[in-house]
Amino acid sequence: MENTNAIKPVNPAVKVIRNLWENSGMLVIFILLFIILSIFVPYFFTWRNMIGLGLSVSMVGMVACTMLFCLASGDFDLSVENIVAFSGVTAAVVINATGSIFIGVLAGVLGGGLIGIINGTIIAKAGINALITTLGMAQIVRGMAFIVSGGSAVGITNMAFFNLGNGQFLGMPNPIWITIICFVVFGVLLNNTSYGKNTLAMGGNMEATRLAGVAVDKIKIMIFTIQGMMAGFAGVVLASRMTSGQPNTSIGFSLDVISACVLGGVSLSGGVAPIQGAIVGVLIMGTVQNAMNLMNIPTFYQYVVRGVILLIAVLIDRFKQTNTKN
Amino acid sequence: MTAYLEFKSVSKQFPGVKALDDVTFSVQSGEVHGLIGENGAGKSTLLKILSGAYFPSEGAVYINSQAMDFQGTKDALDAGVAIIYQELNLVPEMTVAENLLLGHFPRKKSGFIDFKTMKEIASKELSYILEEIDPDQKIKNLSIGQRQMIEIAKALLHNADIIAFDEPTSSLSDKETIRLFEIIKNLQKAGKAIIYVSHRMEEIFKICNTVTVFRDGKKIETFTDMSKVDHDILVSRMVGRDIKDVYSYRQREQGQTVLEVKDLMGPGLAKPASFSLKKGEILGFFGLVGAGRSELMRLIYGAEKHSGGAFYLDEEQMKINSPRSAIEKGMFFCPEDRKDEGIIPIRSVNENINISVRRHSMKAGLFLDKKKERETTDSFISKLQIKTPNRDKDVGSLSGGNQQKVILARWLAEDVKILIMDEPTRGIDVGTKNEIYQLMYQLTEEGKSIICVSSDLPEVMGVSDRLIVMRDGEIVTSFERDEFSEETILSKALPDKAEN
Ligand SMILES: Nc1ncnc2c1ncn2[C@@H]1O[C@H](COP(=O)(O)OP(=O)(O)OP(=O)(O)O)[C@@H](O)[C@H]1O
Ligand SMILES: [Mg+2]
Repeated sequence: MENTNAIKPVNPAVKVIRNLWENSGMLVIFILLFIILSIFVPYFFTWRNMIGLGLSVSMVGMVACTMLFCLASGDFDLSVENIVAFSGVTAAVVINATGSIFIGVLAGVLGGGLIGIINGTIIAKAGINALITTLGMAQIVRGMAFIVSGGSAVGITNMAFFNLGNGQFLGMPNPIWITIICFVVFGVLLNNTSYGKNTLAMGGNMEATRLAGVAVDKIKIMIFTIQGMMAGFAGVVLASRMTSGQPNTSIGFSLDVISACVLGGVSLSGGVAPIQGAIVGVLIMGTVQNAMNLMNIPTFYQYVVRGVILLIAVLIDRFKQTNTKN
Repeated sequence: MTAYLEFKSVSKQFPGVKALDDVTFSVQSGEVHGLIGENGAGKSTLLKILSGAYFPSEGAVYINSQAMDFQGTKDALDAGVAIIYQELNLVPEMTVAENLLLGHFPRKKSGFIDFKTMKEIASKELSYILEEIDPDQKIKNLSIGQRQMIEIAKALLHNADIIAFDEPTSSLSDKETIRLFEIIKNLQKAGKAIIYVSHRMEEIFKICNTVTVFRDGKKIETFTDMSKVDHDILVSRMVGRDIKDVYSYRQREQGQTVLEVKDLMGPGLAKPASFSLKKGEILGFFGLVGAGRSELMRLIYGAEKHSGGAFYLDEEQMKINSPRSAIEKGMFFCPEDRKDEGIIPIRSVNENINISVRRHSMKAGLFLDKKKERETTDSFISKLQIKTPNRDKDVGSLSGGNQQKVILARWLAEDVKILIMDEPTRGIDVGTKNEIYQLMYQLTEEGKSIICVSSDLPEVMGVSDRLIVMRDGEIVTSFERDEFSEETILSKALPDKAEN
């Protein structure tokens, strides 16, 4: 598309600021937000609250890593919230039945992976739109979660399992460590491997990437499979934290993850997916939520505030894009 | 008499590139003003400034001695400027009539669109440009050439007094080109000021009465008397050196058959196709637009699934069912439509070049060797003289010809056995064309083989050792180089009614 916006020349000083803004605009916003909240919100900047904040974003953070790849390739996945529930329940049931934590975790992760494979295969091979595919799958998986659990929470009897979600390492809860590791691993995958680069290329121009010899179908299936496994794992961690598998957990989680990514500058049309953006997006979302809780803002208003933040972020991004095109 | 359209000291600075540098020239009413220059010389940028899409960093556009201050393309349209861009801007899912009147739909009193009037206006406009196109047809069903005509009709509809064409013929058939020239002549007679950008010299001589040469964003010279210039002068002004024979064909050794295609059948072909390619050979494919050449190439490359036939590589039968499988066997393909099938516009030059070749340099089969990739990119940027501020620039912002070079680099970086080039020099300037042809000879001298598809007859005749002619989805005949003659080849390529 030709750009239709005329832009006037700018002086060098403005340019420098604009460059900074361009490359790490959201980070700047996050830091400002963090400082302001630390000053004005009591208890915000305490170790205890920081840990709580970290824990609260850990689930979104983990799944954002793989959602990033989905978005980078120009698709998205709405079934992750249901996979979280399904895998948590599955892990609980399997642990209770076998007594083995290992088998239980494996069942949760592989169950999620299986759903991912099916998602990916339908999208890649049959060429069905990701929205419809994952929306349909979301229903199926939620239903499965209820079927497997018999309709209510499945309490877990093996206490050792709770360590995964509630244990600590070097004074920091395990889920936070896991999230950090995920960001590192997927950051490297995105920027330093052909898997990552091909994913970005697919989002930029699918047909050109295919003609360049990239096995686009295979990669697409892989993206959804890993996404499913990650959501499954997040579900297992959640079950561990809650000491039970809950079939009706995490409603709205998929959109939280996608919002966080978009907030960080990940493009919904694919091809642009900075991992640092996703991290910042997750942190902004979590921080705002956390501060609102500390300030005792009623839940109803919290929804409104979160929605407004997302829209503003997207508008800023849009504005940035029209400017850089010239 | 002052000129109708003037550019006065126009400069345009992009981050890292000065696309235009103090350009001053003018266009009279009733003049067809040719603009020529190398890839990235700034021609398209100049037109975008004229269209209001870009704001000049310095200087201004004057129309009828009035300085223009376009804030957007709408302002330019209102001032009577119409641009027919290198890349077309039509909505594929909408009909011809809807596209023509987009933004200016006639309304009924009730506020609803008046489809009847819309169709009438569209039909009238289409008849003026001599097209037998159904206004209710969807754009996506039209050929690229026909779409170009729709763009022109759109320009005329707005009664533009200034009409600029950016490489309009690069995707037109000969017949469509002739038609376009008739239209331009008529516009000229009607007193319009016309700018015509092209890399094809013969067109410049055919329809322009003034020509301006650009190099590196600067205006080099304007020639107002076309009888005083010839091809060689223009070329040497453009590239800064003499090019006597752009093809400079070299006789070369040829070896045994490397690729044998037997009875290949699939979408786009009317009859099974068979042919063979020798080691070190440049095999040309000529035919009119729609003859099935690109379709055949896509089948060979595995971009499209074939329904029958077999391939033999070095006399061994092999399976090709995806681009990847073709690449693994050393066969590569530069597609004809670089915007949709070639480049990944939002990714960098570096990534676009390395997308395929990187599989050879990966560590542990997964991690990129970024240093190696940068070296590959830099070597091609200098070897093919790709004009880009740096290797991390997104390919979408390069000039058309430079995008083409990036795709070429992607495959030249590979260990090529067979290279299929579909319209390899579309939108590429004379100097670079000459270099690409040299590169083709060099590659074949190293024992590689090339299939070159082109609608440009002088080009296929100029570089090919052998030439296959296609018509209506089938291979009709082939010629050895010493049998090449424009007349015979064309007569084979044109649809022959008597035969049916
Ligand atoms: N939006 C942009 N951002 C940055 N650089 C740009 C942009 N558009 C064009 N350029 C640069 O400006 C220069 C002139 O480009 P332009 O498209 O005008 O060339 P051209 O003469 O039309 O070339 P071609 O014959 O290849 O079409 C090139 O170096 C190009 O990379
Ligand atoms: Mg151009």
